Amino acid sequence: MEVIYYYDSSFEGFLCCIFDSYLCKEIPAAIQCGGDAVLSLFSSRTVQTDRSHAARVLRKVSLIAPEAGTLLWHGFLSCLPEKEMHLYRFVAKLLREGPGFLRDRSNETLFPIARAVQHLREEAHLLKGFVRFSDLGGVLGGEIEPKNRVLPLLRSHFCARCHNERFFLYDRTNKEALFYANGKAVIQPLDYFQMAPPDETEARFRILWKRFYDTIAIKERYNPRCRMTHMPKRYWNTMTEFQCEDYFKAQTPPANAAIPGAPAVRPAPATPLESGLSAPASTP
Amino acid sequence: MACVERKIMDVLEKLTILTDAAKYDAACTSSGARRNAKKGAIGNTSSAPAGCCHSFSADGRCVTLLKVLLTNCCVYDCKYCVNRRSNDMKRTAFTPEELADLTIGFYRRNYIDGLFLSSGVFRSPDYTTELMIRTLSLLREQYRFNGYIHAKAIPGTSSELVEQLGFLADRLSVNIELPSESGLKALAPNKTKESILTPMRQIQNRNRQSREELVKYRHAPRFAPAGQSTQLIVGATADTDFHILRLTQGLYDRYQLKRVFYSAYVPVVEHALLPAKNVKPPLLREHRLYQADWLLRFYGFRAEELLDENNQDFDTRVDPKCSWALAHLDFFPVELNTADYETLLRIPGVGVTSAKRILSARRYGSLRTEQLRKLGVVMKRAQYFLTASGRMADGLRFTPDSLLRGLIAAEQPLLPEPEIVQLSLFDQAGVG
Repeated sequence: MEVIYYYDSSFEGFLCCIFDSYLCKEIPAAIQCGGDAVLSLFSSRTVQTDRSHAARVLRKVSLIAPEAGTLLWHGFLSCLPEKEMHLYRFVAKLLREGPGFLRDRSNETLFPIARAVQHLREEAHLLKGFVRFSDLGGVLGGEIEPKNRVLPLLRSHFCARCHNERFFLYDRTNKEALFYANGKAVIQPLDYFQMAPPDETEARFRILWKRFYDTIAIKERYNPRCRMTHMPKRYWNTMTEFQCEDYFKAQTPPANAAIPGAPAVRPAPATPLESGLSAPASTP
Repeated sequence: MACVERKIMDVLEKLTILTDAAKYDAACTSSGARRNAKKGAIGNTSSAPAGCCHSFSADGRCVTLLKVLLTNCCVYDCKYCVNRRSNDMKRTAFTPEELADLTIGFYRRNYIDGLFLSSGVFRSPDYTTELMIRTLSLLREQYRFNGYIHAKAIPGTSSELVEQLGFLADRLSVNIELPSESGLKALAPNKTKESILTPMRQIQNRNRQSREELVKYRHAPRFAPAGQSTQLIVGATADTDFHILRLTQGLYDRYQLKRVFYSAYVPVVEHALLPAKNVKPPLLREHRLYQADWLLRFYGFRAEELLDENNQDFDTRVDPKCSWALAHLDFFPVELNTADYETLLRIPGVGVTSAKRILSARRYGSLRTEQLRKLGVVMKRAQYFLTASGRMADGLRFTPDSLLRGLIAAEQPLLPEPEIVQLSLFDQAGVG
């Protein structure tokens, strides 16, 4: 009997799909997020997320091979199409055969995951440099547009680097944000965010940086293809040096916004930082 | 000296002039230092072993550090340099506060990983170094900057000052610039080989001493924890690749340098002893030297293996590793299932990562050629030089002649200069 599993799109939820499949002794035809349920000929099962079940699966996988646990977590963060079934087959093979195949990257079960995880890690590494913060009245704010869910991988890097600051980093693709203040960091879903316009100082630093960036290039060595190889164009969107003129103009914030970091339409995502990180996602 | 313009210049203008004057320095890495986050201080040094690039300029070079000169006033008159005394240009200098504000402002916004501070020689090497020390102390102590600092040690500076500089910076560098003594004499009359090598030796010794102290006392101050580097200009003098590569090897062996950078000479001035102003910078030659540099540092090659008295320059058509392989065809093919790590690294198209993956994968099962692409081997180059379980890649046929053509074609799309002469099928000459 073919069955499709639906889960709540969390990592725990996915691990519970694996748990349930072993519990019911059935192999799912597909594992999908509850949101994108479509009518199909298969019967379906909505898997309830149970943290203890999820923990048991992860513990078992890590017990067989510690790196497999990390691979499972990072594989889940990657943008691999149908990552759930790839990871399901990976776990099944691991439980069936043991960790030997992890040595061979070209193994057909491992390779798609290894490649996707490499892509995720490379993207996270690039973004450690390509993130641009703006100083919004003492709070640093930045935006990224990655392909993978990189925020969990960027968390420790930016928390160490900006440990005396308060900052947030918004992921446009996955609609979530990393908030950090007073040594505490959380990643929370955030549907909508718009960066506030820069104040006088912020605009000045943007201009200084743009000028530095334009001056440092040696024109006799102009090599746009080399630049694009190292820094693909899809990252340029969120980088200061590639913004249009308006980005460098200082604007006085609208009178109704208490904090310069406040977006014009909705309550500020920076506001919760002031009151010690109370759920920024709870804004309507 | 018509040097310091005593008028108040906007920071933006200063930044433009002093960046423009510093851009020919190739070094821009933040690797090798481990400075953890401290309470009350701003920043740390990158946790990744290879550092982290914050942007890439239009010429494709990495931008990691705020690379500026403290001042572009210079008493020296090195012929190849834009900042030489005799060049008529705007001169200016940062005040320590201006530079510290810039560094912190850029660092907080994640534009940079730290500061790269170089300088023209203002009055004397000692005086300039004192200015640099004052600037860096302000940045470290008052602004509590904990990020990466790369500082230039100026040839001819007294050892006490180099010592102070080393405790403020993560990495020091002394630029050799001209790879031979005759070149120095002709083009940089104020510098000598002695004055360059003395601070290098001092930095090496002090760095070793500091590491020994750290073993005994956990909080001993660190002297240039990320070591030292240098830069060689390629194409300003008649020095051959062999000469440059042997010098590089000597620097790695005897001075424990972390990096040697090569900078293709960009003609900035008309001078009888220099290439004419319309000569293009030798980018391909620089590229080949970097490739060879990697072979020295990570692949266990020696300079004498890559070049010799009879072949003093690199073949521009194929990379140095392919060149070596073509000259040592008896070494190949290598059997992947039995060869050791050092032998694997000799195969063109196999790098450090793929060699390690091969070692790991063959413990699980014997390797076949179809798998190799997935292990990261560049088959376009590697296929001619390896066997897996006794078999070469399927359908591969070649003669020494077509082998060279295949290798040239494999690399061509990746090269910096597109105008390389294409080998024609009917051109019998040039096939070696």
